[in-house]
Amino acid sequence: MPQTKSETVPVRSTSEVVMVRHMVRRWAVEIGFSIVEQTKIVTAASELARNMVDYGGGGVVVLEALDDGIRRGLRLTFEDKGPGIADVEQALRDGYTSGGGMGLGLGGARRLSNEFEIRSKPGEGTRVMIARWKGAS
Amino acid sequence: MAESRNDALLQVLRDNEQEILRGWLQLQERDLSLRNNLLRSGELEQQSRDFLAALRGALSAGDTDILTSEAWAPVRELMTSIARSRARQGFTPTETATFVFSLKQPLFTALRAHASGDDLAEQIWSSTLLLDSLGLLVTETYQKGREEVIARQQQELLELSTPVVQLWAGVLALPLIGTLDSARTQVVMESLLQAIVDTGSAIAIIDITGVPVVDTLVAQHLLKTVAAARLMGADCIISGIRPQIAQTIVHLGVEINDVITKATLADAFSIALQRLGLAVVRRTAKAV
Ligand SMILES: Nc1ncnc2c1ncn2[C@@H]1O[C@H](COP(=O)(O)OP(=O)(O)O)[C@@H](O)[C@H]1O
Ligand SMILES: [Mg+2]
Repeated sequence: MPQTKSETVPVRSTSEVVMVRHMVRRWAVEIGFSIVEQTKIVTAASELARNMVDYGGGGVVVLEALDDGIRRGLRLTFEDKGPGIADVEQALRDGYTSGGGMGLGLGGARRLSNEFEIRSKPGEGTRVMIARWKGAS
Repeated sequence: MAESRNDALLQVLRDNEQEILRGWLQLQERDLSLRNNLLRSGELEQQSRDFLAALRGALSAGDTDILTSEAWAPVRELMTSIARSRARQGFTPTETATFVFSLKQPLFTALRAHASGDDLAEQIWSSTLLLDSLGLLVTETYQKGREEVIARQQQELLELSTPVVQLWAGVLALPLIGTLDSARTQVVMESLLQAIVDTGSAIAIIDITGVPVVDTLVAQHLLKTVAAARLMGADCIISGIRPQIAQTIVHLGVEINDVITKATLADAFSIALQRLGLAVVRRTAKAV
Protein backbone atom coordinates (compact mmCIF):
# COMPACT_ATOMS: atom_id res chain seq x y z
CA MET A 1 0.00 0.00 0.00
CA PRO A 2 1.59 3.29 -1.05
CA GLN A 3 1.97 5.43 1.97
CA THR A 4 2.26 9.17 1.55
CA LYS A 5 3.28 10.14 5.04
CA SER A 6 4.33 8.33 8.19
CA GLU A 7 5.20 9.27 11.73
CA THR A 8 5.97 7.41 14.94
CA VAL A 9 5.12 8.89 18.33
CA PRO A 10 5.60 7.54 21.86
CA VAL A 11 2.62 7.02 24.15
CA ARG A 12 3.54 6.64 27.80
CA SER A 13 1.11 8.83 29.69
CA THR A 14 -2.42 10.18 29.67
CA SER A 15 -1.22 13.49 28.29
CA GLU A 16 0.42 11.66 25.39
CA VAL A 17 -2.88 9.86 24.74
CA VAL A 18 -4.42 13.31 24.38
CA MET A 19 -1.61 14.32 22.04
CA VAL A 20 -2.14 11.24 19.88
CA ARG A 21 -5.82 12.08 19.62
CA HIS A 22 -4.96 15.57 18.40
CA MET A 23 -2.51 14.20 15.85
CA VAL A 24 -4.94 11.60 14.53
CA ARG A 25 -7.59 14.30 14.24
CA ARG A 26 -5.19 16.52 12.28
CA TRP A 27 -4.22 13.72 9.89
CA ALA A 28 -7.86 12.67 9.43
CA VAL A 29 -8.79 16.24 8.51
CA GLU A 30 -5.88 16.41 6.04
CA ILE A 31 -7.03 13.22 4.34
CA GLY A 32 -10.47 14.72 4.01
CA PHE A 33 -12.38 12.49 6.41
CA SER A 34 -15.92 13.60 7.26
CA ILE A 35 -16.73 14.65 10.83
CA VAL A 36 -18.16 11.21 11.55
CA GLU A 37 -15.10 9.45 10.08
CA GLN A 38 -12.78 11.72 12.06
CA THR A 39 -14.64 11.06 15.29
CA LYS A 40 -14.61 7.30 14.74
CA ILE A 41 -10.89 6.98 14.16
CA VAL A 42 -9.98 9.48 16.87
CA THR A 43 -12.11 7.56 19.36
CA ALA A 44 -10.64 4.20 18.33
CA ALA A 45 -7.14 5.69 18.65
CA SER A 46 -7.99 6.97 22.11
CA GLU A 47 -9.02 3.47 23.23
CA LEU A 48 -5.95 1.72 21.86
CA ALA A 49 -3.49 4.36 23.02
CA ARG A 50 -4.96 4.27 26.50
CA ASN A 51 -4.74 0.48 26.59
CA MET A 52 -1.01 0.76 25.87
CA VAL A 53 -0.62 3.16 28.79
CA ASP A 54 -2.91 1.23 31.16
CA TYR A 55 -1.89 -2.33 30.36
CA GLY A 56 1.13 -2.32 28.03
CA GLY A 57 3.49 -0.14 30.05
CA GLY A 58 3.47 2.45 27.26
CA GLY A 59 4.36 2.02 23.62
CA VAL A 60 4.43 3.75 20.26
CA VAL A 61 1.86 4.55 17.64
CA VAL A 62 2.73 4.68 13.96
CA LEU A 63 0.52 6.93 11.85
CA GLU A 64 0.42 6.29 8.10
CA ALA A 65 -1.51 8.24 5.49
CA LEU A 66 -2.44 5.84 2.69
CA ASP A 67 -3.24 6.46 -0.96
CA ASP A 68 -3.60 3.60 -3.45
CA GLY A 69 -4.68 5.83 -6.31
CA ILE A 70 -8.36 5.11 -5.73
CA ARG A 71 -8.82 5.42 -2.01
CA ARG A 72 -7.30 7.51 0.71
CA GLY A 73 -7.05 6.29 4.25
CA LEU A 74 -5.34 6.34 7.59
CA ARG A 75 -3.62 3.40 9.24
CA LEU A 76 -2.61 3.41 12.90
CA THR A 77 -0.43 0.78 14.52
CA PHE A 78 -0.17 0.59 18.31
CA GLU A 79 2.75 -1.40 19.56
CA ASP A 80 3.94 -2.08 23.09
CA LYS A 81 6.42 -4.41 24.74
CA GLY A 82 4.21 -5.02 27.74
CA PRO A 83 2.94 -8.29 29.24
CA GLY A 84 0.83 -9.14 26.20
CA ILE A 85 -2.62 -10.72 26.22
CA ALA A 86 -2.95 -14.43 27.00
CA ASP A 87 -6.46 -14.81 25.62
CA VAL A 88 -7.11 -12.33 22.82
CA GLU A 89 -10.58 -13.74 22.16
CA GLN A 90 -11.56 -12.98 25.73
CA ALA A 91 -9.99 -9.50 25.68
CA LEU A 92 -12.05 -8.66 22.59
CA ARG A 93 -15.28 -9.76 24.23
CA ASP A 94 -17.54 -6.83 25.14
CA GLY A 95 -17.53 -6.21 28.84
CA TYR A 96 -14.31 -8.07 29.61
CA THR A 97 -11.86 -5.98 31.59
CA SER A 98 -8.97 -6.89 33.82
CA GLY A 99 -8.67 -3.36 35.14
CA GLY A 100 -12.01 -1.84 36.08
CA GLY A 101 -12.75 -0.30 32.68
CA MET A 102 -15.90 -0.83 30.66
CA GLY A 103 -14.29 -3.61 28.67
CA LEU A 104 -15.43 -2.04 25.41
CA GLY A 105 -12.19 -0.54 24.12
CA LEU A 106 -10.87 -3.32 21.91
CA GLY A 107 -14.27 -4.41 20.58
CA GLY A 108 -15.26 -0.77 20.14
CA ALA A 109 -12.08 0.09 18.24
CA ARG A 110 -12.75 -2.89 15.94
CA ARG A 111 -16.31 -1.73 15.25
CA LEU A 112 -15.14 1.84 14.62
CA SER A 113 -12.57 0.76 12.02
CA ASN A 114 -12.66 -0.67 8.50
CA GLU A 115 -9.70 -2.92 9.21
CA PHE A 116 -8.58 -4.36 12.51
CA GLU A 117 -5.75 -6.70 13.34
CA ILE A 118 -4.44 -7.71 16.73
CA ARG A 119 -1.37 -9.73 17.53
CA SER A 120 -0.21 -10.42 21.04
CA LYS A 121 2.20 -12.76 22.72
CA PRO A 122 2.38 -13.14 26.48
CA GLY A 123 5.67 -11.79 27.69
CA GLU A 124 6.45 -10.02 24.43
CA GLY A 125 3.86 -7.37 23.86
CA THR A 126 0.84 -6.37 21.84
CA ARG A 127 0.35 -4.89 18.40
CA VAL A 128 -2.98 -3.56 17.20
CA MET A 129 -3.41 -2.19 13.69
CA ILE A 130 -6.50 -0.31 12.54
CA ALA A 131 -7.29 1.39 9.26
CA ARG A 132 -10.10 3.54 7.99
CA TRP A 133 -10.83 4.56 4.41
CA LYS A 134 -12.34 7.86 3.36
CA GLY A 135 -15.92 7.30 2.22
CA ALA A 136 -16.20 3.80 3.70
CA SER A 137 -19.06 3.33 6.13
CA MET B 1 45.70 15.57 34.50
CA ALA B 2 42.27 17.07 34.26
CA GLU B 3 42.85 18.79 37.55
CA SER B 4 46.00 20.51 36.42
CA ARG B 5 44.19 21.81 33.36
CA ASN B 6 41.46 23.26 35.51
CA ASP B 7 44.14 24.73 37.74
CA ALA B 8 45.17 26.93 34.84
CA LEU B 9 41.58 28.02 34.42
CA LEU B 10 41.42 28.81 38.11
CA GLN B 11 44.61 30.85 37.90
CA VAL B 12 43.29 32.86 34.98
CA LEU B 13 39.98 33.45 36.75
CA ARG B 14 41.73 34.67 39.86
CA ASP B 15 44.02 37.04 38.00
CA ASN B 16 41.49 38.46 35.56
CA GLU B 17 38.11 38.20 37.22
CA GLN B 18 37.14 41.87 36.72
CA GLU B 19 38.19 41.88 33.10
CA ILE B 20 36.42 38.60 32.34
CA LEU B 21 33.30 39.85 34.08
CA ARG B 22 33.31 43.05 32.05
CA GLY B 23 33.78 41.24 28.73
CA TRP B 24 31.17 38.67 29.61
CA LEU B 25 28.59 41.26 30.64
CA GLN B 26 29.14 43.17 27.42
CA LEU B 27 28.48 40.07 25.34
CA GLN B 28 25.40 39.14 27.34
CA GLU B 29 23.99 42.62 27.11
CA ARG B 30 24.49 42.58 23.37
CA ASP B 31 22.76 39.19 23.03
CA LEU B 32 19.93 40.18 25.30
CA SER B 33 19.60 43.76 24.08
CA LEU B 34 16.01 43.24 23.01
CA ARG B 35 15.19 41.68 26.34
CA ASN B 36 16.29 44.44 28.66
CA ASN B 37 12.83 44.72 30.07
CA LEU B 38 12.95 41.13 31.30
CA LEU B 39 15.90 41.58 33.61
CA ARG B 40 16.06 44.20 36.31
CA SER B 41 19.11 46.38 35.91
CA GLY B 42 21.92 45.08 38.04
CA GLU B 43 20.36 41.60 38.18
CA LEU B 44 22.45 40.33 35.29
CA GLU B 45 25.63 41.74 36.78
CA GLN B 46 24.85 40.22 40.17
CA GLN B 47 24.14 36.81 38.63
CA SER B 48 27.33 36.93 36.58
CA ARG B 49 29.44 38.04 39.53
CA ASP B 50 27.98 35.30 41.74
CA PHE B 51 28.56 32.72 39.03
CA LEU B 52 32.23 33.60 38.59
CA ALA B 53 32.74 33.48 42.35
CA ALA B 54 31.02 30.10 42.61
CA LEU B 55 33.02 28.79 39.65
CA ARG B 56 36.23 29.92 41.29
CA GLY B 57 35.23 28.18 44.51
CA ALA B 58 34.39 24.92 42.76
CA LEU B 59 37.58 24.95 40.71
CA SER B 60 39.74 25.50 43.75
CA ALA B 61 38.26 22.37 45.36
CA GLY B 62 39.90 20.47 42.50
CA ASP B 63 36.96 18.17 41.88
CA THR B 64 36.01 17.71 38.23
CA ASP B 65 32.67 16.00 38.69
CA ILE B 66 30.41 18.90 37.85
CA LEU B 67 27.10 17.10 37.92
CA THR B 68 27.28 15.32 41.27
CA SER B 69 30.15 16.46 43.44
CA GLU B 70 29.72 18.47 46.62
CA ALA B 71 32.25 21.07 45.47
CA TRP B 72 30.12 21.99 42.45
CA ALA B 73 26.85 22.16 44.37
CA PRO B 74 26.90 25.99 44.72
CA VAL B 75 27.47 26.36 40.97
CA ARG B 76 24.68 23.93 40.19
CA GLU B 77 22.31 25.67 42.58
CA LEU B 78 23.07 29.04 41.08
CA MET B 79 22.61 27.77 37.54
CA THR B 80 19.37 26.09 38.51
CA SER B 81 17.93 29.19 40.06
CA ILE B 82 18.98 31.37 37.12
CA ALA B 83 17.55 28.92 34.58
CA ARG B 84 14.31 28.60 36.52
CA SER B 85 13.80 32.31 36.90
CA ARG B 86 14.50 32.82 33.21
CA ALA B 87 12.02 30.11 32.31
CA ARG B 88 9.40 31.90 34.40
CA GLN B 89 10.30 35.29 32.95
CA GLY B 90 9.71 34.04 29.43
CA PHE B 91 13.26 33.86 28.08
CA THR B 92 13.84 31.52 25.14
CA PRO B 93 16.07 28.45 25.65
CA THR B 94 18.77 30.09 23.52
CA GLU B 95 18.72 33.28 25.54
CA THR B 96 19.02 31.23 28.69
CA ALA B 97 21.91 29.09 27.45
CA THR B 98 23.66 32.27 26.29
CA PHE B 99 24.39 33.02 29.92
CA VAL B 100 26.93 30.19 29.98
CA PHE B 101 28.13 30.11 26.38
CA SER B 102 28.94 33.80 26.16
CA LEU B 103 31.48 33.31 28.92
CA LYS B 104 33.69 31.37 26.51
CA GLN B 105 35.02 34.35 24.59
CA PRO B 106 36.32 36.49 27.49
CA LEU B 107 37.58 33.37 29.25
CA PHE B 108 39.50 32.14 26.22
CA THR B 109 40.96 35.59 25.64
CA ALA B 110 42.32 35.53 29.17
CA LEU B 111 43.63 31.98 28.73
CA ARG B 112 45.44 33.04 25.59
CA ALA B 113 47.43 35.61 27.57
CA HIS B 114 48.31 32.92 30.08
CA ALA B 115 49.58 30.12 27.85
CA SER B 116 50.33 29.16 24.27
CA GLY B 117 50.77 26.18 21.97
CA ASP B 118 49.70 22.75 23.19
CA ASP B 119 49.08 24.02 26.71
CA LEU B 120 46.66 26.61 25.44
CA ALA B 121 44.86 24.10 23.24
CA GLU B 122 44.50 21.74 26.19
CA GLN B 123 43.22 24.48 28.46
CA ILE B 124 40.73 25.74 25.94
CA TRP B 125 39.53 22.19 25.34
CA SER B 126 38.96 21.44 29.01
CA SER B 127 37.28 24.80 29.59
CA THR B 128 35.02 24.11 26.65
CA LEU B 129 34.01 20.76 28.10
CA LEU B 130 33.30 22.40 31.40
CA LEU B 131 31.19 25.23 30.00
CA ASP B 132 29.35 22.89 27.66
CA SER B 133 28.23 20.64 30.45
CA LEU B 134 27.14 23.67 32.47
CA GLY B 135 25.27 24.86 29.38
CA LEU B 136 23.46 21.53 29.15
CA LEU B 137 22.58 21.73 32.82
CA VAL B 138 21.11 25.18 32.28
CA THR B 139 19.11 24.02 29.28
CA GLU B 140 17.74 21.02 31.12
CA THR B 141 16.77 23.06 34.15
CA TYR B 142 15.18 25.64 31.89
CA GLN B 143 13.13 22.87 30.28
CA LYS B 144 11.98 21.63 33.68
CA GLY B 145 11.09 25.18 34.66
CA ARG B 146 8.95 25.57 31.53
CA GLU B 147 7.23 22.26 32.25
CA GLU B 148 6.41 23.49 35.74
CA VAL B 149 4.92 26.65 34.31
CA ILE B 150 2.79 24.59 31.93
CA ALA B 151 1.73 22.17 34.65
CA ARG B 152 0.69 25.09 36.84
CA GLN B 153 -1.30 26.64 34.02
CA GLN B 154 -3.00 23.30 33.39
CA GLN B 155 -3.88 23.08 37.05
CA GLU B 156 -5.34 26.58 36.94
CA LEU B 157 -7.30 25.72 33.83
CA LEU B 158 -8.54 22.59 35.54
CA GLU B 159 -9.99 24.64 38.34
CA LEU B 160 -11.24 27.39 36.09
CA SER B 161 -13.08 25.07 33.79
CA THR B 162 -15.43 23.45 36.26
CA PRO B 163 -18.27 25.89 36.39
CA VAL B 164 -21.37 24.35 37.86
CA VAL B 165 -24.15 26.86 37.29
CA GLN B 166 -27.61 27.05 38.72
CA LEU B 167 -30.16 27.59 35.95
CA TRP B 168 -33.15 27.67 38.28
CA ALA B 169 -33.86 26.75 41.85
CA GLY B 170 -33.37 22.98 41.81
CA VAL B 171 -31.73 22.84 38.37
CA LEU B 172 -27.96 22.71 37.94
CA ALA B 173 -26.01 22.69 34.70
CA LEU B 174 -22.46 21.59 34.02
CA PRO B 175 -21.28 22.69 30.58
CA LEU B 176 -18.23 20.56 29.81
CA ILE B 177 -15.69 21.94 27.39
CA GLY B 178 -12.54 20.35 26.02
CA THR B 179 -10.59 17.21 26.63
CA LEU B 180 -11.79 15.11 29.52
CA ASP B 181 -8.68 13.35 30.67
CA SER B 182 -9.16 11.49 33.88
CA ALA B 183 -7.74 14.08 36.30
CA ARG B 184 -10.00 16.84 35.04
CA THR B 185 -13.05 14.61 34.74
CA GLN B 186 -12.67 13.60 38.34
CA VAL B 187 -12.54 17.22 39.51
CA VAL B 188 -15.47 18.25 37.34
CA MET B 189 -17.69 15.40 38.41
CA GLU B 190 -16.92 15.86 42.08
CA SER B 191 -17.73 19.55 41.88
CA LEU B 192 -21.09 18.69 40.35
CA LEU B 193 -21.92 16.21 43.10
CA GLN B 194 -20.87 18.75 45.71
CA ALA B 195 -23.09 21.39 44.14
CA ILE B 196 -26.03 18.97 44.15
CA VAL B 197 -25.57 18.53 47.88
CA ASP B 198 -25.06 22.25 48.53
CA THR B 199 -28.10 23.39 46.59
CA GLY B 200 -30.36 20.40 47.16
CA SER B 201 -31.03 20.31 43.43
CA ALA B 202 -33.28 17.65 41.93
CA ILE B 203 -31.98 17.88 38.38
CA ALA B 204 -28.49 18.25 36.93
CA ILE B 205 -27.84 18.80 33.25
CA ILE B 206 -24.44 17.70 31.95
CA ASP B 207 -23.85 19.37 28.62
CA ILE B 208 -21.18 17.79 26.42
CA THR B 209 -21.51 20.06 23.37
CA GLY B 210 -17.90 21.14 23.87
CA VAL B 211 -16.42 17.68 24.32
CA PRO B 212 -14.68 16.54 21.13
CA VAL B 213 -14.32 12.85 21.97
CA VAL B 214 -16.41 10.52 24.10
CA ASP B 215 -14.45 7.31 24.48
CA THR B 216 -15.23 4.52 26.95
CA LEU B 217 -13.32 6.25 29.75
CA VAL B 218 -15.31 9.47 29.38
CA ALA B 219 -18.53 7.46 29.04
CA GLN B 220 -17.70 5.55 32.19
CA HIS B 221 -17.09 8.78 34.10
CA LEU B 222 -20.37 10.21 32.86
CA LEU B 223 -22.33 7.09 33.79
CA LYS B 224 -20.69 6.91 37.22
CA THR B 225 -21.61 10.52 37.86
CA VAL B 226 -25.19 9.93 36.80
CA ALA B 227 -25.35 6.95 39.17
CA ALA B 228 -23.81 8.90 42.06
CA ALA B 229 -26.16 11.84 41.50
CA ARG B 230 -29.09 9.46 41.51
CA LEU B 231 -28.03 8.13 44.91
CA MET B 232 -28.10 11.70 46.15
CA GLY B 233 -31.62 12.18 44.88
CA ALA B 234 -30.86 14.08 41.69
CA ASP B 235 -31.61 13.04 38.12
CA CYS B 236 -29.09 13.84 35.41
CA ILE B 237 -29.83 14.81 31.86
CA ILE B 238 -27.01 14.60 29.33
CA SER B 239 -27.35 17.19 26.58
CA GLY B 240 -25.34 18.24 23.57
CA ILE B 241 -24.66 14.78 22.18
CA ARG B 242 -23.82 15.64 18.58
CA PRO B 243 -24.69 13.13 15.83
CA GLN B 244 -21.09 11.94 15.34
CA ILE B 245 -20.72 11.38 19.08
CA ALA B 246 -24.01 9.49 19.23
CA GLN B 247 -22.86 7.18 16.41
CA THR B 248 -19.51 6.58 18.05
CA ILE B 249 -21.10 5.76 21.39
CA VAL B 250 -23.30 3.16 19.67
CA HIS B 251 -20.29 1.58 17.93
CA LEU B 252 -18.40 1.45 21.19
CA GLY B 253 -21.30 -0.50 22.63
CA VAL B 254 -21.85 1.87 25.54
CA GLU B 255 -25.40 1.57 26.89
CA ILE B 256 -26.90 4.92 27.78
CA ASN B 257 -30.51 3.81 27.51
CA ASP B 258 -31.36 4.52 31.11
CA VAL B 259 -29.95 8.04 30.96
CA ILE B 260 -32.10 10.91 29.73
CA THR B 261 -30.41 12.52 26.76
CA LYS B 262 -31.38 15.66 24.88
CA ALA B 263 -29.95 17.26 21.76
CA THR B 264 -29.45 20.70 23.28
CA LEU B 265 -29.07 22.33 26.66
CA ALA B 266 -32.29 24.27 25.95
CA ASP B 267 -34.23 21.02 25.41
CA ALA B 268 -32.79 19.64 28.62
CA PHE B 269 -33.74 22.78 30.55
CA SER B 270 -37.29 22.62 29.27
CA ILE B 271 -37.59 18.98 30.41
CA ALA B 272 -36.19 19.99 33.79
CA LEU B 273 -38.78 22.73 34.24
CA GLN B 274 -41.53 20.32 33.20
CA ARG B 275 -40.42 17.86 35.84
CA LEU B 276 -40.53 20.54 38.49
CA GLY B 277 -44.05 21.41 37.42
CA LEU B 278 -42.98 24.73 35.97
CA ALA B 279 -43.67 26.23 32.58
CA VAL B 280 -42.35 29.17 30.65
CA VAL B 281 -45.23 31.10 29.11
CA ARG B 282 -45.35 34.11 26.87
CA ARG B 283 -46.80 37.17 28.51
CA THR B 284 -49.72 38.44 26.47
CA ALA B 285 -50.81 42.04 26.30
CA LYS B 286 -53.97 41.16 28.19
CA ALA B 287 -52.16 39.52 31.06
CA VAL B 288 -50.02 42.55 31.80
N1 LIG C 1 -1.92 -3.31 25.13
C1 LIG C 1 -2.40 -4.24 26.00
N2 LIG C 1 -1.53 -4.98 26.73
C2 LIG C 1 -1.99 -5.91 27.61
N3 LIG C 1 -3.31 -6.16 27.83
C3 LIG C 1 -4.21 -5.44 27.13
C4 LIG C 1 -3.81 -4.44 26.19
N4 LIG C 1 -4.93 -3.91 25.65
C5 LIG C 1 -5.97 -4.53 26.24
N5 LIG C 1 -5.55 -5.46 27.12
C6 LIG C 1 -6.41 -6.36 27.92
O1 LIG C 1 -7.67 -6.45 27.30
C7 LIG C 1 -8.69 -6.06 28.21
C8 LIG C 1 -9.82 -5.40 27.47
O2 LIG C 1 -9.43 -4.15 26.95
P1 LIG C 1 -10.53 -3.08 26.58
O3 LIG C 1 -11.51 -3.72 25.67
O4 LIG C 1 -9.86 -1.85 26.09
O5 LIG C 1 -11.27 -2.81 27.95
P2 LIG C 1 -10.76 -1.99 29.26
O6 LIG C 1 -9.65 -1.11 28.85
O7 LIG C 1 -11.95 -1.24 29.68
O8 LIG C 1 -10.35 -3.02 30.26
C9 LIG C 1 -8.01 -5.18 29.21
O9 LIG C 1 -8.71 -5.15 30.44
C10 LIG C 1 -6.65 -5.84 29.32
O10 LIG C 1 -6.70 -6.95 30.18
MG1 LIG D 1 -9.39 -0.05 27.15
